[in-house]
Amino acid sequence: MALKGEHLGMPLLVDDLDLENLEYFRYCALRDFRLQSCKACGLLRYPPGTACPWCSGADFEWTAVEGKGAVHSYGEVHQAIQPAFRPHLPYLILLVDLDTQKGRPTTNEALRIVGNLVTPEGTLAPPELVLRVGIGSRVRMVFVETGEGFAIPQWTLDETVQQPAPWRYPQQ
Amino acid sequence: MTVQGDFDASTPRFLRDKYAIVGVGETTYTRGSGRTTRALGTWAVRNAMADAGIKASEIDGMLSYSNNDSTPSPLIAGDLGIRLNFYMDVYGGGSSTEALIGIAIGVIEAGMCKTVAIFRAMNGFSQVRIGGTGARAAAPISGDGLHSRVYGWGSAGQSFSQSFMRHMYDYGTTPEQLAMVKVIHSEHASNNPKAYYKQRVSVDDVLNSRFVVKPLHLLDCCVETDNATAIIVTGVERAYDYRQTPARILSVAGRCCKPRIDMHYQHGPISTVGGYYAKDILWPNAGLGPEDIDLTGAYDAFTFTTMLQLEDYGFCTKGAGGDYVSNGTMRLGGRRPNNTSGGHLCEGYTHGMNMVIENVRQLRGDVDDYCPAAPDGKREHTFDYRERGCRQVSNVGVTANLGWAMPGTGSAMVMRKG
Repeated sequence: MALKGEHLGMPLLVDDLDLENLEYFRYCALRDFRLQSCKACGLLRYPPGTACPWCSGADFEWTAVEGKGAVHSYGEVHQAIQPAFRPHLPYLILLVDLDTQKGRPTTNEALRIVGNLVTPEGTLAPPELVLRVGIGSRVRMVFVETGEGFAIPQWTLDETVQQPAPWRYPQQ
Repeated sequence: MTVQGDFDASTPRFLRDKYAIVGVGETTYTRGSGRTTRALGTWAVRNAMADAGIKASEIDGMLSYSNNDSTPSPLIAGDLGIRLNFYMDVYGGGSSTEALIGIAIGVIEAGMCKTVAIFRAMNGFSQVRIGGTGARAAAPISGDGLHSRVYGWGSAGQSFSQSFMRHMYDYGTTPEQLAMVKVIHSEHASNNPKAYYKQRVSVDDVLNSRFVVKPLHLLDCCVETDNATAIIVTGVERAYDYRQTPARILSVAGRCCKPRIDMHYQHGPISTVGGYYAKDILWPNAGLGPEDIDLTGAYDAFTFTTMLQLEDYGFCTKGAGGDYVSNGTMRLGGRRPNNTSGGHLCEGYTHGMNMVIENVRQLRGDVDDYCPAAPDGKREHTFDYRERGCRQVSNVGVTANLGWAMPGTGSAMVMRKG
């Protein structure tokens, strides 16, 4: 059955034929981050897909993955395209290297999970928090509920660890 | 030239130098064309036909590309009285031009038709804006958008920003170096009567313009315009029947991709682009390497896209792109000028075709700049590249176009003077 939700006022729909995304987001609603692991080669993949990008294997199982990692790169949006984001400028779009499976199966690969920088409560980060985050920042996953049985993953600074000095774009 | 990669995707011994571009044409570049994309497409194809001196009855193939923002071939062909033996209208934006030239060569080679007109018609400012603004920005989010647009990650600038930023981190590339791409292309545009933005700008102008999405200032981003462009491709056995010196095609690569093109960031380095793979098709097929190229057309949707492609096609070493784009090489009068029309940053946005048109005219030695015409009507190039002057490069023998769709996908073409 389809999942319907809303995020920042934007309507979200996981179609009832979109089986991989349905499962992914249902786990997210349980605060349980799971990715597909291939039954043939054992590798995890992101985002959800219909076969294994490394061995074309069709069979998989949903495997719990720790939602922790480091910012690999980011964009800092100052002009929103989608009206829903206008009240939240500037906002960060993070690409986060998960600690799990980093450097596998080749050195330059990682499970790079997209998300915005948010507060621990899940709201888009205020400007003073945006300034503290860049490449190298350690982040942990939080979930933002978007509907019944439907949540999306987001990223917040991991305050439980010593933060490295982040690399940020040189011009403020 | 060392051939890299372990694949052989080509047939250079059969098709190298056997096809040519015999006509090019465009509409004016405007914001607010006041015309349908059908009218614009017809206008551009008609101009390309006039340029070639080719009759409607001599064209029997048509190709176009769009993001569902244009008019398909049958309406343009019908309006111009062209009876088609082949047509196809494909989905796609940047990188389509070179890819469709490859398809045109293929269908002619297969005997399906003999001469193909390729066009791109768009009201990219007044109707369907490339940035995805307007009604599309508020559309419900589903499918793969649940992992992108839900995060406000949708426009080209937003989607590419992580590759651009990582390049600065990995190689120490500076905002000032990137700004030079805009500065140089604005110099070129100042010598192009067709260019939408003819004003020369400085590094400070770029750095002081507002941020759209870091690392992109407004002036790091291309212009959105309304326009159509067209080119005509045929075999060399026919190419010399027409009015212009043909631009002969040595090789093409089309929509060549990095691994994991569903979300290319899963495979790094993320500042590596499709050209890293396309170069292994492009150069062996052409029988030439980057050092042989006189003039480049490296797609400038953003200042960064020019740099990343020049690096990965081997015009400089990886990571040295910041220096390459800022040391004067790309200027008119430099070792290897880039986008002499002003490109997407200044001339107008056509999803890549205007950069091919420019290189065709450069190869003919007959670029449409401000130089005076001789009594016979032919332009007398001064090679004085000051503002409102010349933009013809002297002795252009071989050009390269490097087309960009996104960091993970690119197309390319090498042409020589006919």
